[in-house]
Amino acid sequence: MKLILEQMPIVFRSLNVGFLQTLRLFFITLIGAFPLGLVICMGTMSRLRLLSSICKVFVWIIRGTPLMIQLLIIYYFPGLVWHNPIWGSGENGRFLAASVAFIINYACYFSEIYRGGIQAIPVGQEEAGLVLGMTRSQIFFRIKLLQMIKRVLPPISNEIITLVKDTSLSRIIALQEIIWAGQAFMKGSQGISGAIWPLFFTAVYYLAATGILTIGLGSLE
Amino acid sequence: MAILEVEHLQKSFGSTDVLKDITFSVEKGQAVSIIGSSGSGKTTLLRCLNFLESPDSGTIKVNGQVIFDPAVQGRLSEKDIRERRLHFGLVFQSFNLFPQYTALQNVTLAKTLMVRQQKLDKNNPGILKSIEEEGKELLERMGLADRMGNYPHQLSGGQQQRVAIARALALSPDILCFDEPTSALDPELTGEVLRVIRSLAEQNFTMIIVTHEMAFARDVASHVIFMDSGRIAEQGRPEEVFGNPHEERTRHFLAGFSQS
Repeated sequence: MKLILEQMPIVFRSLNVGFLQTLRLFFITLIGAFPLGLVICMGTMSRLRLLSSICKVFVWIIRGTPLMIQLLIIYYFPGLVWHNPIWGSGENGRFLAASVAFIINYACYFSEIYRGGIQAIPVGQEEAGLVLGMTRSQIFFRIKLLQMIKRVLPPISNEIITLVKDTSLSRIIALQEIIWAGQAFMKGSQGISGAIWPLFFTAVYYLAATGILTIGLGSLE
Repeated sequence: MAILEVEHLQKSFGSTDVLKDITFSVEKGQAVSIIGSSGSGKTTLLRCLNFLESPDSGTIKVNGQVIFDPAVQGRLSEKDIRERRLHFGLVFQSFNLFPQYTALQNVTLAKTLMVRQQKLDKNNPGILKSIEEEGKELLERMGLADRMGNYPHQLSGGQQQRVAIARALALSPDILCFDEPTSALDPELTGEVLRVIRSLAEQNFTMIIVTHEMAFARDVASHVIFMDSGRIAEQGRPEEVFGNPHEERTRHFLAGFSQS
């Protein structure tokens, strides 16, 4: 017990650093995926058949395969197949690759949520805009967008909570997020080895983050 | 001279002919009411006039100028269609106010966006202010002076429909169309909307009113059109159509109302 108390400062310093990386990936994913999801959504709803088909197939592939595979392919494919490791080496390269994989993956989920939100808006809203001489883009941005956001807030909140925990998948390409940081003490790091309790504490970080988000998103709704 | 001339308008959805050879005209300042049972094509006719549906054949002229002709319709740009549909205003049965905007913003939104799009506010900084003033004046005329800052969900159905009428008037259409404007309202709220439409008729707004309120249709209009299965079965002065209908179908339709 005394030993654990002595180890705690070392462990928490490590976990904090890992959690910072977790949060970075979380926020960068949201910042990228919210607008990219809207672009993909507009693509799937496009009146241009070819564009909408391409977007729908893309969404199907991304939603139909595990994020873990997508992470592995995006990170290793350029280096192994093209012999051109575009992500660069080290933690920055891994973070960049993870960000791209997460943004694409979440954008596809968001695009489908957006689409549902837009399609749930009564057709009378668009018709009212049309007879008032508004352009299609005015109708979308001035009338539909806000109504869509209101409708998609609950399912988007759900995805945001899921994302907090999904960031741990980036462990597979050794991104030094919080799980990686906790696991390090099992194998041995900074003089501590064979310790599983740091891993339990990673769960506390996730619970705290999702708890704060649940309260924040709830008040937003 | 007629402000609106509709000639030989045809429209079908799949194999169903909804409008068959519709021909009529409206004089400037005239209120025309269109009556007929559900499914007779009244609403589709209004939607064609407002370019929400595209007729299969026939022409629509406003002030003698052809604004709809199927031969050129496919070649029109969206901008052309926008300009042409602005000859008409449309008040919907279900109001279709924009829920995220206040009553006043609902009225001013379209015109404000139009001005910004054409960058008219660059040379004329007061123009947005004057749009707002016009909007306030319209709402006052609708008896909604104390409701301008309210959102649609804070308004009764009758108030919402009056905002919708102000919104349509804000773009100064040549012809204002009403698609069953009181069908979604309680009887006690119907009166306030009908009073507003009646006062517009007294101010000689050109209007086409699709309605199931027979007394109102007779009262407010100077011309009545009775539609039956996609055709104009009978039209004329209200006292003729209501008082002395020539067609059996008209008599049958009106008899159904006097019994109820």
